[in-house]
Amino acid sequence: MAQLDDRTEHHSELADGVSAQVPTTDEVQIKTPESIGGMGHRKKRKEDPRFLQGKGNYVDDVKLPGMLYMDIVRSPYAHAKINKIDASAALEMDGVLAVITGEDLKAAGDLHWMPTLMSDTQMVLPIDKVVYYAQEVCAVVATSRYIAADAIEQVFVDYEPLDPVVDPFEAMKDEVIVRDDKEQKTNHIWHWEAGDKAATDAVFNDAGTVVKEKFYIPRIHVASIETCGMVANYDKVREHMQIYMTSQAPHAHRTVFALVSGLPEHKIQIISPDIGGGFGGKVPVYPGYVICAVASLVTGKPVKWIEDRSENLQADSFARDYHIEAEMAADKDGKITGLRVKTLSDCGAADAAANPSKFPAGLYSICTGSYDLKAAHVEVDGVYTTKPPGGVAYRCSFRVTEAVHMVERMADIMAHELGEDPADYRLRNFIRPDQFPYTSPTGWEYDSGNYEAALNKAMGMLDYRALRKEQAEKRAKGELMGIGISSFTEVVGAGPSKDYDILGIKMFDSAEIRIHPTGKAMARFGTKSQGQGHETTYAQIVAEELGLPADDIEVEEGDTDTAPYGLGTYASRSTPTAGAAAAMAARKIKAKAKKIAAHLLEVGDDDLEWNVDRFQVKGSPDQAKTIQEIAFAAYTNHPQGMEAGLEAVDYYDPPNLTFPFGSYICVVDIDKGTGEVKVRRFVAIDDCGHIINPLIVEGQIHGGLTMGLAPSLYEEIVYDEHGQNLTGTLADYLLPTAVESPKWELGKTITPSPHHPIGAKGVGESPTVGAPPAIANAVVDALWHLGVRNIDIPITPPKVWKALRDAGVTD
Amino acid sequence: MSEHEVTLTINGESVTRSVEARTLLVHFIREDLSLTGTHIGCDTTSCGACTVLVCGKPVKSCTMFAVQADGAEVETIESVAVGGALHPLQEGFWEKHGLQCGYCTPGMIMTAKNFLANNPNPTEDEIRRGISGNLCRCTGYNKIVEAIQYAAEKIQADAGGE
Repeated sequence: MAQLDDRTEHHSELADGVSAQVPTTDEVQIKTPESIGGMGHRKKRKEDPRFLQGKGNYVDDVKLPGMLYMDIVRSPYAHAKINKIDASAALEMDGVLAVITGEDLKAAGDLHWMPTLMSDTQMVLPIDKVVYYAQEVCAVVATSRYIAADAIEQVFVDYEPLDPVVDPFEAMKDEVIVRDDKEQKTNHIWHWEAGDKAATDAVFNDAGTVVKEKFYIPRIHVASIETCGMVANYDKVREHMQIYMTSQAPHAHRTVFALVSGLPEHKIQIISPDIGGGFGGKVPVYPGYVICAVASLVTGKPVKWIEDRSENLQADSFARDYHIEAEMAADKDGKITGLRVKTLSDCGAADAAANPSKFPAGLYSICTGSYDLKAAHVEVDGVYTTKPPGGVAYRCSFRVTEAVHMVERMADIMAHELGEDPADYRLRNFIRPDQFPYTSPTGWEYDSGNYEAALNKAMGMLDYRALRKEQAEKRAKGELMGIGISSFTEVVGAGPSKDYDILGIKMFDSAEIRIHPTGKAMARFGTKSQGQGHETTYAQIVAEELGLPADDIEVEEGDTDTAPYGLGTYASRSTPTAGAAAAMAARKIKAKAKKIAAHLLEVGDDDLEWNVDRFQVKGSPDQAKTIQEIAFAAYTNHPQGMEAGLEAVDYYDPPNLTFPFGSYICVVDIDKGTGEVKVRRFVAIDDCGHIINPLIVEGQIHGGLTMGLAPSLYEEIVYDEHGQNLTGTLADYLLPTAVESPKWELGKTITPSPHHPIGAKGVGESPTVGAPPAIANAVVDALWHLGVRNIDIPITPPKVWKALRDAGVTD
Repeated sequence: MSEHEVTLTINGESVTRSVEARTLLVHFIREDLSLTGTHIGCDTTSCGACTVLVCGKPVKSCTMFAVQADGAEVETIESVAVGGALHPLQEGFWEKHGLQCGYCTPGMIMTAKNFLANNPNPTEDEIRRGISGNLCRCTGYNKIVEAIQYAAEKIQADAGGE
């Protein structure tokens, strides 16, 4: 305990220690010359040359001597009893070495079940029944990919179909029990509440206006272009398991593997090499990974398993699937006062969401958004259905997208209902800049914000008033144009150890920096980039703090044998946690560097001041030692009594989450004949605090916006009444192409996080969270005068056409 | 499964291998020839991560058999930089941040290479349509379009200077 207190104190010394709101600006701060390339520089990415020349190293590129291949037999039913698995024909095939069944895993130490991240259980391979379509039934190990694929066709499974339950509301009736392995014969998993029910009821009783709406936030899939896969390499002599894995959280996965398999943790090495996109889909442990590792244990040879796209879309974790009923109250002046929300979360056949342990509905209670409400109450129930388990993020921080969609749609509905302009209505309901740090009715402490600055800037960028005028003129002519706004508040950077853990492991993250004698450095982190550009941005943070050129700093992540322990990259947590750790570790190094400089210059520590890349004597800047000179001295001429070397580790436990925000405005035109929605303009103002690399931030926002557009207009995982997935290929599950993706118009405000060491907040997911309600609001704005109050995403042409037909506009 | 001898030119070098009739070109390239820059993303000709040039034309190599490429000239991402110098497209993707995870990038560049060969001075809309057979999940495409515009200008300027 004493140690913990000591460390906390040490942290507060190193941090800037401010907590008040910092004024908003729109200029990126640059303090280092381009040759150093610290924060704020539009630095080209250090990782790009290998990707551009086909020299990336993804899991499927790993080829080990004697490597075998695994393929998986999957269930053609959503719910069925398994009478018998006959693998004899497969085993007789040339090149087939093994067929692994649930019974085999059971015999190997009850490995046929595994824990989920939410402390539920999930089948690895079944013994007697399957609970979702495409569920793993058994696996074949063979000498080639092609033979393994042939062999799964030769495994004969005798199924006895059972009634599926696909609709979560039906599941709540408990007529078909999905998990009859459990003591409680019910599909209801959990009930969760936030906020104050009595206070909320009181606010609704006093309301001048109440609006109600139902929303379905559909089941979608991250569909990173690289699917999931593994190469497991068990060495029987060393009793050592080396695993290459598509993992967003290699350290946490190593611990899970150790706990599940019983292999000692120091005998497991997980390497997450280059990752072809994650978006949350590479956070869970899937059955395929476990079976692949067992296959290597059994055969004593390296085994590769790579999903094909259909397996990826049909069996890997889905995102969202929230059925929401919301009510919003406003007082007699039209000011928003309260929010009441009931939600049903369709979890599929296991609660395998990727949320922090204490948050079964993630951070969904952020749903009061950017508005200053008196009271709110939120209830969520989780339910099993015979569909694949999941609940990953799809590029968002634990259910924030669902929350933001609901509140931004509701604010818009309220504005329309009151006959007010949705922009003006937001401006008079926002939490004001002088209210930060702001405690929300559901208990969040928003660290900083300036919502009116962002919305005003967005309105200015596309001349909002002129667009409203154009809309009125078009409406008079019978043309359908809509303008939609989303002024969202994100909550990212999980998170403070008192509240945030995954399977008990606290959600800190880490950095380890070593400065070599010649002034070059190695920096390792507990996170894992999947395209976010950590090799560049982390180097820029260290460059900012220590004055070493970013190009002289090698960044490494993803190998559990060498990187410090961390919880990985998802939920926009890398910059808030590991980015902070980078700055803190650098500051520890700087503190030692100062003592070495004082020794070299023969002055006292207090006589020195830092200047970009050197310590200089106050009032005598010619007397100075650069960081490179100090690094050399750390190994060749350090003060007697001081440890040699120049390195530091930091495990950063954030004091709070960070709260990026923004305002987006979308302009759509709707084709009356076809119902097609065309995004004409989309302006996005994001505020992610201090910017490390503007080029990378723009890229993150562009990508996030397209992943916000995707579920708004195109993507949905659809099941038929038998629980069969109807969207199992990329020909059915439509990812936007360059043609559908609009030309995004970006702007920014900068309101630094007051508690983060470099004032940054995280940005990768804000646009995915903020974009869908802007698009949906624009569509409904175009159709409100026809009596349309809501169209659930994805807003496909048939849905719009039907609304138009119902309104008598088209036939 | 019958075995067939395939002889083709890969990135300027002639190779001969014996393969099963059903071996996909992408597996032939990645596994028999160990050129792993060409990626697999969907298995259904939807995503374009596996795009290579066969006799100059872009082909999704997950949907062509190796035997069909017998006698052909095949170019992959590994051939695009010459003598250590990046191609204008590679330069453009780097300058404009046209890639993030890098998984779709080789296919995207191969498609763009053929596209610019046929249309050296394209409009933005033509570029968007030209790469619409290649999916990217990270970038939102805006910076890929800018990267291809950068390359088009660079190639034109280089040609004009000669």
